[in-house]
Order: sequence, then structure tokens, then C-alpha cells
Amino acid sequence: MPFKQSRADAAGNNIGVAMQDLAGIDFQRLRISRPIPYRQIAASILLFVFLIFIAHAFWVGAIEWHYVSDYLFSAPILKGVRGTIVMTICAMVIGIFLGTAVAMMRMSANPALRWAATGYIWLFRGVPALLQLLLWFNLALIFPTLSLFGFFPVNTVDVMTPFVAALLGLGIQQGAYTAEVVRGGILSVDRGQMEAAQSIGMTRLRAMLTIVLPQAMRVIVPPIGNETIGMVKLTSLASVIQYSEVLRTVGDVYYANSRVIELLIVAGIWYMVIVTVLSIGQSYIEKYFSKGWGRAAEAPKALPDGPAAMGAA
Amino acid sequence: MPPILQAIHVQKYYGAFQALKDVSLSVDRGEVVCIIGPSGSGKSTLLRCASQLESIDGGVITVDGEIAGYRRSGETLVPLGDVQIARQRQNVGMVFQRFNLFPHRSVLENLLEGPVRVQKRPVEECRKEALALLERVGLAAKAAAYPNELSGGQQQRVAIARALAMRPKILLFDEPTSALDPELVGEVLSVMKELAKSGMTMVVVTHEIAFCREVADRVVFMDGGAIIAAGSPEDMIVRPQNPRVASFISAVL
Repeated sequence: MPFKQSRADAAGNNIGVAMQDLAGIDFQRLRISRPIPYRQIAASILLFVFLIFIAHAFWVGAIEWHYVSDYLFSAPILKGVRGTIVMTICAMVIGIFLGTAVAMMRMSANPALRWAATGYIWLFRGVPALLQLLLWFNLALIFPTLSLFGFFPVNTVDVMTPFVAALLGLGIQQGAYTAEVVRGGILSVDRGQMEAAQSIGMTRLRAMLTIVLPQAMRVIVPPIGNETIGMVKLTSLASVIQYSEVLRTVGDVYYANSRVIELLIVAGIWYMVIVTVLSIGQSYIEKYFSKGWGRAAEAPKALPDGPAAMGAA
Repeated sequence: MPPILQAIHVQKYYGAFQALKDVSLSVDRGEVVCIIGPSGSGKSTLLRCASQLESIDGGVITVDGEIAGYRRSGETLVPLGDVQIARQRQNVGMVFQRFNLFPHRSVLENLLEGPVRVQKRPVEECRKEALALLERVGLAAKAAAYPNELSGGQQQRVAIARALAMRPKILLFDEPTSALDPELVGEVLSVMKELAKSGMTMVVVTHEIAFCREVADRVVFMDGGAIIAAGSPEDMIVRPQNPRVASFISAVL
């Protein structure tokens, strides 16, 4: 039975024609054809050719792959990897603590605290991270010794090691970014939560820490995860001030053996590994803070006697 | 014995707008006072001042004879610190229009947050008391649930139990049924009726006129930030004397 295109009559009513088209069909044998997915096939072939091209380029390029495998787990590289991880963690811890404190200051009723917070964010978000690292590292040029109002004097050079300079530079500028993320998270929590917490006898500070912030975490964690991953890569700036993170240690090696690309690949692999592990960790943290907000919780409980039950009846 | 709640010549401004104009009200122990009136008449503001969620700009509010938010020094009132104010708030329970349960805590944890973490009472005792309170509002089976798994009516009943868990001297209700679907209003009102019968001191801002008539010892009518009239449900709702009150009652009934 040929299946004719249904046509509308003068009144625009095509029901009669459609009914005619369906006349005489054996519905038991009627099939719906599945068109061949030409576009998907074409895209897959293109992608495959592209990957072959890349693989070929790496194959014919003068890359001595055994250098990559030789150095991937060598002692100096692992030391650099450790440096990168340690710096990421320390700088993020400082950044998150500073950021949370500054976000709360920025939302405080006390104008002095608000101005201090605003000024901090303005300054440390405005100056490039590399410049801040160089400033901290070269602090000895203007302050040869540091002391607390004349007590406990120390030589700046002894204190401002590459580690400390990188930590201060990265951590403090991270705090400025995190402060805005945390503030956004706090603003996302309904005002009624603070009031309810106060009505059961909590001080503002306590309500903020135990009721508002944990709820804000739902909104805060994804961008902080993003920034942590950014920090992994930002630590490579510390190589400029002689902190031995992975980019610096591979540099030390390739200055000696001239296998530049091979060792950069080694560093790239390690960055990818660290970022992958962090991404997995992030999804667990998100799950933890979404307690009470799961999709199952949002779905109405009435579903079982909804449409499905009606269909069965 | 002093009144549990006393507002004396209370003034409250939001910028140039005067939200409360010389409001005086006294609530005795065990009394149920319902406040009615049109929107924007200052009913909720009065409750929020009494629970110290808002500061007042004139007059005095006392809770169980203690000046709320201030310490008297001769003829001046000196503001209290955060910690003292938080301590005073424990005496005044508040039930909000939008429930405001803590969504990241289970129902039982919502009830324990105040008594255990703020009042530092023994956990086991608080847990028993909290479960008894949940039983009382008919939600013992929901102790482990999270607020978002409950209906609006159930959430509001949990919110009432959470306020009671603090053993407050007075319970304030800020339009407790206004955010509910009509078919869920009844379950919340019946919990409130039961509470009123048990002798709890309550101030209820509401539009449920039938509830006021049945439960209130006294009905207060507010308009334009001032108390226009007050009296028994009979005088205020059944046969209102004041023409302004009469026109409001006939409009909402």
C-alpha cells in the first residue's frame, strides 16, 4: 500500500485525507524505517582521520619516546610533581581561608571591615600573579630585615624562600578571587535561613558558620574546583622564582640533555594526572554538600500512584 | 507576675517610612493573641521586633520582664552584645511564613540544632524530647527525612516542633499558613489549636479569621502601623464595634 502525502482540503482540514491514506493498511506488518545516519558516519570518519593525522605527526616527529618513559618516574621529576601538589594545596588552603574571611568581612555591618575587604579584592585581583610572585621574592631589596615592631628581627632573604614567596603570592591573590566566589554562595542562601538560625539563639557568626556557609557550599564548590585546577597550572609561575615544581624540574633536565619536547610531554602528563584526580575528588565533595538537595528529594512522593499506576489499572 | 511579652510605645522606621506607630501590647502567660489586619499594616514587623530580628527606634519591648536587646542604665538603654541578644532570643520561638527549615539537616537534626548546639543540653535528653515533639505534631515517622522531602504542611509542623524544642516562653507565628496549599492549612492549624489548649503563650499573625474566632483569647486589629482596636473574638469578629474592623472582617469572610 503506497503511503501518500496527506493534503489539506480547501477548509484546511486534512483529517479526512489522512484517514484515507491509512485505509487498508495491515498494522501488524507496518514498519517504521530507520534512516542510515549519514551525518554521524561522516563526522566519525573525519574525527578518525584527524586522530590518525595527529598520531602520525607524533610518530614521524623526532620524539624519542623512551626519554618520556625513562623520566616519567625519575627522582627529580617526582620531586617536582610533589612540589606542584604541595604548592597547590597550600596556596588553595590559604586562598580559601582568606577568601571566606574576606567574603564575610565584605558583607559585614561594619564599614571599616567592608572597605578593607573591598580594597584587598581590588588590589590583589588587579595585579598579575607573576608580578606578585616577583614582588614577594624580591622583598629583601627594600626590607633587608623583617621584625615585629623591632622584636624578633630576621633577614628577609632567609624567610622569603622561593616556597614562601610563591605561597604568599599565589595564596593571597587566590583569596581575592575566592572571596567573590564565597560571597556569591552566601548571597544564594535564602535570608530566612539566617533569621531561623538567629531565632533559635545563634549569634550571627555561628549562624553563618553552621547554617549559611554549609548551604552556600553547594554553590561555592564547583567554581572553587575550577580554581583549584587553575591553581595546579598557575604554580608553574613559581618556576620563575626557582621554586622546584614540575615545570622547573623538567626544565633542569632538558637544559642538561636537550630533550625539550620529551620532557615537556612528561610535565604535561603529570599535570593531566593531577587535574584528573582533582576532578574526581571534586565530584565527591559536591555529592557530600548536596545532602538534602538530591533529585530524589525533589521528586514528589506521589509518583507511584500517578500515571504509571493508572496505566496498570 | 509580669506579662510574658510587653510592647510599650514601640516605634519602628524603615528609612522615612514609619512601620510601627506607638504600638503598645501586653501578652499574659498562657494567652493566645491573634493579630489581624490588611497587608503592610505592621503585624509582621511587630513580631519581628519582638523576636529581635529587627531593632526598634523607640519605646521598649520586654520578654518575661527582661528588656529585649538593651540594658537599662538610669534613663538610657544601652544595646546588648550579640551573645546576650542571642541568649534572649532563645526565650522567643518564631514560626515563619516560609518555614525556613535547614535543608541540609534532617528533621531530627533541625530539632536538635538549638537545644544541643546552642543550649548545650544533654544529647540523649534532647533527642527524647525532640521525638516526643515530632509525635505531638504527627511526624514521628519523618525524623530521618530531609525537609525537601516533606509537603509544606509537614514542613511547617516540623518548624513548630523546632521552635518548641527550645522550650520558649512565648511562640510567635508570622502568617504560618499563608505559603501553604489550601488543603494543607488545616493540619497546621490543628497543631496550633492543640498547642493553644496546652497553655502555650502564643501571638499569631494570620488571615485565618475562623481560627482567630475559635482559638484566640484576644484579637488585635492593626492598620497603618498602629493598633486600631483589640478585644475578645466576640467583639472583634462576630460583632465588630469599630467600623474599620467591621469592613475588614466583612471583606475577608
